Amino acid sequence: MMIAIFALVLWGALWAFNVKLAGWLSDRYARIAVPIVFGLTLVVMVELLVIGLNVSFVILPRPSEMVVRLFTSYEMLWEDFVQTILKGALTGYVVGCSTALLVAFLASWSDFLRRGLLPLGNFVAALPVVGLAPIMVMWFGFGWESKAAIVVSMCFFPMLVNSVQGLAATNAIERDLFKTYAATPLQQLGLLRLPAAMPFILNGLKVCTPLALIGAIVAEFFGSPFLGMGFRIKTSVGTLSLDLVWAEIIVAAIAGTGFFGLLLIIERSLTFWHPSQRR
Amino acid sequence: MSVVTAEGLSLTFPGDVQALKDVNLSVEAGEFVSFIGPSGCGKTTFLRVVADLEKPTGGEVRVTGLSPEEARMQRAYGYVFQQPGLLPWRTVEGNIRLPLALMGQDKHVMAERVASVLKMVELDGFGTKYPWQLSGGMQQRASIARALAFDAELLLMDEPFGALDEIVRDRLNDQLLDLWRTTQKTVLFVTHSIPEAVYLSTKIVVMSPRPGRVAKVINNPLPPDRPLEVRESTEFLAVAAEVRNTLREGMD
Repeated sequence: MMIAIFALVLWGALWAFNVKLAGWLSDRYARIAVPIVFGLTLVVMVELLVIGLNVSFVILPRPSEMVVRLFTSYEMLWEDFVQTILKGALTGYVVGCSTALLVAFLASWSDFLRRGLLPLGNFVAALPVVGLAPIMVMWFGFGWESKAAIVVSMCFFPMLVNSVQGLAATNAIERDLFKTYAATPLQQLGLLRLPAAMPFILNGLKVCTPLALIGAIVAEFFGSPFLGMGFRIKTSVGTLSLDLVWAEIIVAAIAGTGFFGLLLIIERSLTFWHPSQRR
Repeated sequence: MSVVTAEGLSLTFPGDVQALKDVNLSVEAGEFVSFIGPSGCGKTTFLRVVADLEKPTGGEVRVTGLSPEEARMQRAYGYVFQQPGLLPWRTVEGNIRLPLALMGQDKHVMAERVASVLKMVELDGFGTKYPWQLSGGMQQRASIARALAFDAELLLMDEPFGALDEIVRDRLNDQLLDLWRTTQKTVLFVTHSIPEAVYLSTKIVVMSPRPGRVAKVINNPLPPDRPLEVRESTEFLAVAAEVRNTLREGMD
């Protein structure tokens, strides 16, 4: 009980420190330091509360145990990461998003495709595609290919809807302007429609990032060779190695956040001109 | 030489809206022709027909001796729209370079042209800025520079200063007049403003609506050299009065 009370006192102290910190430091350092202190406070709090309140290992391992697992099992975690994130999620993400972009190009020239595909796209984008996972495993086998297939089907339509919208995001004056220049359709695509579509395309890529992670991990629950993050999470819960489950979750969170951050950097450099990005 | 001629030109939009009816007009090289009239009189539509942005449903138009489509394919005219329409991801220079790049021009030629038209519209030093970093008046000047970039003989301007305040507008009118005198281009200029039309033009085409048609073509006797004070002269006021009266008759 003492430890739990100590945790609360410590929480108050670190909170106060953080408030001070935000006031003290110049903007740039504070922007980095404040969330780090905040996160560390939270981790220490959880650590102390788990010890102080005697929380069972099965309900919530101590954060320190998760971190220890992260280091002791790093080889296994790396193999799982390669299998699930690099092979399953990333392959599916790249294939799904680039196919959607390609189809969006075609649809921007064909009224028939656009009118037929977009309502369908909105419908499918709303479906819980993860439900297809067992079927995909039957079609493409236990390997990462079936996971990539799930990710493709999850990313395709959200990306398509965004891209089609983006390629139509030019205004009448810009289109007339290119007409007065006697620009070819290809010039119009490369110099007008594609740049104008960039904010939408990047938005699609951002929407698809968590979808790809969810798809690749959840699909492994329905069958996988003896590795992969979803596989590990499922089997480790069975053997009550909750520290390993949490270690996998931490890896997934870091991978997702890192990729998303990369997209934000790309977005800033490509669409600096958009009102939402101007400084 | 006639740069633009229209004979019996008509345009009926779907839904039986007659935007233009039997328009006959001839614009000589080096003229500055203003089109004025209430909304729906077809002045913008006429400009768009010349630019091949609309197809006429009757009659004939020739632009620099060609059909409008041929003229457009040969980039025979520069068009300035009601809004600047500058691409926000390109710098001012990049925007002006765009038509030149589409025509496949040489890099050095492009740099030279860009620099010279930026000077013409008094925007030198702003080439590396993005359009959204400039004021509305500067943006519109940049779009005029873009229309001048490939040095077409014909300049089509659709209410280019309509969205600007009067102080900026007066100044741009003055600059445009200078530009026209030095470059000797033929200008077709759509406007809502009587003083603007009288100040700028050699010829004023007054149009009236429903159906859109030419009510009267008024020749402007003012000399080509026009300081801003010319607006208080009796000649200026007489022409303005004639335009105003013609517009009023057209409304009845």
